[in-house]
This record gives sequence, C-alpha cells and structure tokens, in this order.
Amino acid sequence: MDARGLRCPAPVIALARAAREVAPGTVLIVWWTDPAARHDIPAWARMRGHEVLMTEPLAPEEGDGGDDDGRAHATAYVTRVRTTSGDAAG
Amino acid sequence: MHPVAREAFLAALEQGWADPRRLHAEGRRAGLLLDGAREALAEMLGARTEEIHLTAGHTASLHAAVAALARARRRVGGRVVVSAVERAAVLAAATLAADEVVTVPVDRAGRLDLQAWQDVIGPDVALAALQHANGEVGTLQPVAAAFEATERAGVPLLVDAGASVGHVGVGPHWDVLAADPSDWGGIAGVGVLAVRSRVRTTPTGPEDEDPWAPGGVSVPAAVAAAAALRAVLADRARSEARRALVDRIREQVAQSVRDVAVVGDPVDRLPHVVTFSCLYVDGEALLGELDRQGFAVGSGSACTSSSLQPSHVLAAMGVLTHGNVRIALPSTVTPDDVEAFCAVLPQAVAEVRRMAGATDL
Repeated sequence: MDARGLRCPAPVIALARAAREVAPGTVLIVWWTDPAARHDIPAWARMRGHEVLMTEPLAPEEGDGGDDDGRAHATAYVTRVRTTSGDAAG
Repeated sequence: MHPVAREAFLAALEQGWADPRRLHAEGRRAGLLLDGAREALAEMLGARTEEIHLTAGHTASLHAAVAALARARRRVGGRVVVSAVERAAVLAAATLAADEVVTVPVDRAGRLDLQAWQDVIGPDVALAALQHANGEVGTLQPVAAAFEATERAGVPLLVDAGASVGHVGVGPHWDVLAADPSDWGGIAGVGVLAVRSRVRTTPTGPEDEDPWAPGGVSVPAAVAAAAALRAVLADRARSEARRALVDRIREQVAQSVRDVAVVGDPVDRLPHVVTFSCLYVDGEALLGELDRQGFAVGSGSACTSSSLQPSHVLAAMGVLTHGNVRIALPSTVTPDDVEAFCAVLPQAVAEVRRMAGATDL
C-alpha cells in the first residue's frame, strides 16, 4: 500500500484497515513519508501483536518517481509487516 | 503563575525598578533585592550564593551552560554526552558546541540506559548532560548513579532540573544545575543556573559584566522566582497530593479508553505529569476536543508541532507518538477537576476516532 503523503495517524489507520482484511500471517508492504510513521508503525504492531520485518529507504525505481508535476516525494521508506497469526481482532 | 510570585513581582517593581549595577540609592536598592533573591535561591537549591547565576530564561541557561562547559574543556575533547530525551535546547546547544554528540538511549519508560552511559563517559568527554526528570513523560532519571560515573571520570555533569525544581527534591548530584522559575509558578523572563565553584566554565559570548546574562536580568522576575519557590516548597503536602491524582488519571485512562498506552514510569516519576497516547487518534483534533470542554493539555504528537516532527522523547522511548496527551497538574488542581477530565476523555477520544473512520479497527 502507498501511504506516502499521508500524515499521522492516517498511515497507521490505513495499515490497520489493510491488516484486518488479509489472512493472518500475510506480509503487508507499506510506503510512507510521514516522520511519525517510523515510530508509530512499530508501536502499533507491538500493541496489536504484528511483527515488523524491516524498514528501509524506498528505492526510487520502486516508486512512481514523484507526483503529477514530476517532483520527487519527500524521502520515502518501505516497511514490511507480518500480520499476527494469533487472534488479530485485538 | 503563583499568587505569591505576582505579589513579589509587583512589590519589587516598586522597590527594585532601577539598574542594580548603578551606584545611586535606587540602584543599590535593586541590587540588594537581587542579592536577596540569589541568596534565597541558593539556599533552596543547596548551593552557595556565589554559585547562583541568573539568566534570561531556562533555554538561555541551557544554551549558555553547554557552551561554557564545552569551551572550558576544549583541550580535553570535543565529545558531549547527552541522554536521548534531553530538552531540545540541550540537544541544539550540544550540536553547536561539540565535535561529536554521543546520545545515550532510554528504555520504554524513558529512563536512561545507565550501562550505556557508564560505557561512554570517559576523561575525553567535554561534558555530559542528564535531566533530573523528563518533563514530557515524568520519568525520574538515575542522576545519582550517572553523577558517580561523571565524577569518577572528571567530567562536568549538567543537570536540567527544569521540570523538577518546585515539584520534587533534586539532590546534590550535579556540577551545573538549571532550574526554571516559570515551571514552579514564577514569572517568565528569568532562569536560574547553579554552577559549583569547582567547575571551570568559559563563557562564549562577548565580554560583559555578567557573562551569564549580558546586560543583566529582570530584578522583579528574580525576586518573584525566589518568593514563588519558597511558597511551593513550604506547601509540599499540596504538591505531593497531586501524585494520587496522577495515579487516578493513569488508572482511569487505561480502564476507560480502548487502545491507549499510558507512558512514563508508573512509580519513579514527577508528582504532577501524566502522559498517554491513543491509537488511531489525531493529537491535534483531540486537543481541540478537550479544549472545547475546558481542559488545556499538551501533546508530543507531530501534528501539534510546528515542525511536524513527533516528540523526540516519545520516539526515543519507542512508544506511540500519535494521539498523545500530556497533562501537567497545577498545584491548585482538585479531585473534582480530575474526575471531570476522566469523565469527558473517553467520549472525546471516541469522537476523534469516529471522525477519522477508525472506530472499528
């Protein structure tokens, strides 16, 4: 999912919505630019029993290279989260 | 603002309006008031009068202390050790003064990693800075043990007690202590910096009669600071009564709000600060909702800061930064005020979640 440009708490809300709709154990991949997401995605995962697998800068070729005017996004990152295989209802 | 501060300020305005450096009668009178304020502050902070320096404010105190300590130990080394949860003014001053800033992490409660601190404190460190308590989450720091390490290595320790003085005792474990009158009910415009006589400092600014406060300080604000501190220390019972109210808020919030993290140490903490983060909540919207209901609270969430960066304290602790609420109970707070807050909070949070479409998550 692409949460670039969304500001807190929107990236986490979008991620939580996605996590609810997939099978337990699914790996979600989220792109984000919000500085708070760096801390809030792991904190959300801990509160909900999900597992953050890794976070790294988003390689430019992975993204679309910018917005409609061709300007680059603010530094973007990618995080992979494995949804809990336990009771995800929380 | 403490009523005693207001009274003392107005009286000092009457008596001490002149420049205390002047030799005429009015100037000398102002000078005597200023000396009296320094003497009283010294006694209450456990320092000698000549060790008390007044500044333009707490931020100015921290900037000047870091710069002057670092410069005095320039030959020793350019490393400055700080905890990850120091006030922004300390971190900014360290970045400016140091060749290298060494940041010591904290645990989930916001408490310094003492082992990591001991590992990096060595004779080549110019200075170390550790707050007495964190003003955002209330956690007390292991200052005595941290001081033992710096003292052994001969490194001066700056203790930012801005959130503590007037609320808890700060003890003798410091080389330089910064205290903030506006935090104990004083009037803005003055800061207090205690520098042990044994500590070498080299001010970095241009030559001035008072290098800690070039041009001098506000005499009425200094007098008000001392008077207000005396008043709050005399009423410790009232200050301590807030501890039970903070416990009540911590317990009620955890019980009545779904998906909430109450942060900061539950026991070793300031008596008046309580902080929590609500999942899926926009901090700015929650502040607005509470403000409408008559509650003025703070927040460390990114959306409430001008930089749009979340609180570096919450980030260093690894706790949720969004939906954050920080409450500092004034000494005048009543149990009824606290009950009223606890009664409106769950609906306020629910309303903000509903607006964000996050009710069912």
